[in-house]
Amino acid sequence: MAEVLVYVDHLDGAVRKPTLELLTLARRIGDPVAVHLGPGAEDAAKTLGEYGAVKVLAADAPEFADYLVVPKVDALQAAYDAVGPAAVLVPSSADGKEIAARLAVRIGSGLITDAVDLEAGDEGPVATQSVFAAAYTTKSRITRGTPVITVKPNSAAPEAASAAGTVEQLDVAFGELAQGTRVTSRNAREASGRPELTEAAIVVSGGRGVNGAENFHVIEELADSLGAAVGASRAAVDAGWYPHSNQVGQTGKSVSPQLYVAAGISGAIQHRAGMQTSKTIVAVNKDSEAPIFELVDYGVVGDLFQVLPQLTEQVKARKG
Amino acid sequence: MSLRIVVCVKYVPDATGDRHFSEDLTTDRESVDGLLSELDEYAVEQALQIADDADDAEVAVLTVGPEDAGDALRKALSMGADKAVHVEDDDLHGTDVLGTSLVLAKAVEKTGYDLVVCGMASTDGTMGVLPAMLAERLGVPQVTLLSEVSVADGKVTGRRDGDAATENLEASLPAVVSVTDLSGEARYPSFKGIMAAKKKPVESLDLDDLDIDAEDVGLEGAWSKVTDATERPPRTAGTVVEDEGEGGTQLAGFLAEKKFV
Ligand SMILES: Cc1cc2nc3c(=O)[nH]c(=O)nc-3n(C[C@H](O)[C@H](O)[C@H](O)COP(=O)(O)OP(=O)(O)OC[C@H]3O[C@@H](n4cnc5c(N)ncnc54)[C@H](O)[C@@H]3O)c2cc1C
Ligand SMILES: Nc1ncnc2c1ncn2[C@@H]1O[C@H](COP(=O)(O)O)[C@@H](O)[C@H]1O
Repeated sequence: MAEVLVYVDHLDGAVRKPTLELLTLARRIGDPVAVHLGPGAEDAAKTLGEYGAVKVLAADAPEFADYLVVPKVDALQAAYDAVGPAAVLVPSSADGKEIAARLAVRIGSGLITDAVDLEAGDEGPVATQSVFAAAYTTKSRITRGTPVITVKPNSAAPEAASAAGTVEQLDVAFGELAQGTRVTSRNAREASGRPELTEAAIVVSGGRGVNGAENFHVIEELADSLGAAVGASRAAVDAGWYPHSNQVGQTGKSVSPQLYVAAGISGAIQHRAGMQTSKTIVAVNKDSEAPIFELVDYGVVGDLFQVLPQLTEQVKARKG
Repeated sequence: MSLRIVVCVKYVPDATGDRHFSEDLTTDRESVDGLLSELDEYAVEQALQIADDADDAEVAVLTVGPEDAGDALRKALSMGADKAVHVEDDDLHGTDVLGTSLVLAKAVEKTGYDLVVCGMASTDGTMGVLPAMLAERLGVPQVTLLSEVSVADGKVTGRRDGDAATENLEASLPAVVSVTDLSGEARYPSFKGIMAAKKKPVESLDLDDLDIDAEDVGLEGAWSKVTDATERPPRTAGTVVEDEGEGGTQLAGFLAEKKFV
């Protein structure tokens, strides 16, 4: 069976969930071969093997952390040359998309970004995408070269399927441009203790209606009662009430949870672009004309400062 | 020595309009008004600020697109860019991102550059990969997705607010940068700017001028193909209730019914 390269997103060997989704999707096309860059390959290999990686190509070098993107492209290209895969799958993170883009140019292949599903097809893998702020669902495939596809988080339920996951050393010769862009300092984002926004099953978001950073606890308390991640509209982020890393929408994260709760958010097209594919949508807004109500499964026209605390209490009570 | 800045700007269908696909499954650019991608206004703004801070700089704006895309160039010129380059060719219809990056790379080289500034993503394709591809093709450093950028002493520095960390980056010129919508609001064209823009040079280039084979661009030359585009069915109308003191409780009831609690 053909092999499919899967680029691993991890934190010091702790494999992130989107990579497990990629392995699950990769198995529809061929045998997954994972590419692990940086420390922790042995730890990661256990998990990667459980989810179907037949092999883990591993490389570690200071370049991966000290310079932007290009060293990782050099490594992925080395893996591509070694394996000659049927496709290359990369998680749709900011780095992931840029790595995939440069690899596609180098190997003379087409690129599909932000796939939300993937199937085998007669003429190669077929990717499903959600475009124009999720107004359309498209299917596409690569017509030239080896398909390079980036896949969004939450695109598949990870399914375990035991495979060898044998770690093999990957030799990487860094090119001239590898040291082109130096990372002079790095500040890791502080963990909120809540689920990752793009991976969460439930997201509770607040917008301009929250009216101040000091009021965001109303959103956070509801989120915590539901075990949810916290999101924000751009209006709330621009006002400095919540970090940009929590922004949902066209220029923030796109999320596709089982449940999305929008409080004090009008539902502008750019916000919808990031949440319209959520399975169930609920909104609280005091304006009955707000466009967000066009999307909801359940909406409450009312003051979020009345409705949310009551909801939080009820959720806590029901959960006992 | 003068600093030559090229800003890549895209002409896109208005995102607030009702966007569709044409019969050949390319973006329908007829039914919805086009404009300069809002995310590229940030790129123009940062380029103008970098030029202001330099002793001597020239800002060129570059687009690959149909005749109407001239509107995007004119807007950028009226914001303050010095000149424009428009790559236009019937054979470009349906070009994908690999082809577009090829055309932009050739056009950037022909124009001459020390710094290329892009937006973070186009508002129609929303791939956000072109700047990286352009850097790869030009063989220069990429310093992308910056919320803050500055240029001094032949170096570009900036802050990248990534998914997991905030990184400070540095590279030598020539380089390709892209800037996000956190980089600072774009200026509005002044009346004077709009008048001045009318006299600024707009160079027109076609594929021959750039030595590009028509086979490598357009719908036929594309590296990827959309085989199906289906409009998402509108969401079925849900229940909307007025809060009369029990809204939170009602909502909790709905969530319980759906097994979220
Ligand atoms: C290129 C571009 C990219 C963009 N990217 C994004 C993006 O990624 N994400 C994003 O969100 N936006 C984005 N935007 C901005 C977007 O157009 C909207 O401006 C933004 O989403 C509005 O945020 P909001 O709904 O919180 O604020 P508003 O539109 O001001 O809505 C606030 C809502 O709160 C309600 N409200 C007020 N008080 C209360 C209360 N006490 N109780 C209940 N309801 C109340 C009001 O009725 C109103 O409906 C982008 C715009 C552009 C041009
Ligand atoms: N046709 C085009 N002409 C000029 N610049 C473009 C074009 N397409 C994309 N760009 C630039 O590349 C950036 C990212 O685009 P994309 O990767 O298509 O989302 C945009 O913000 C523009 O700066």
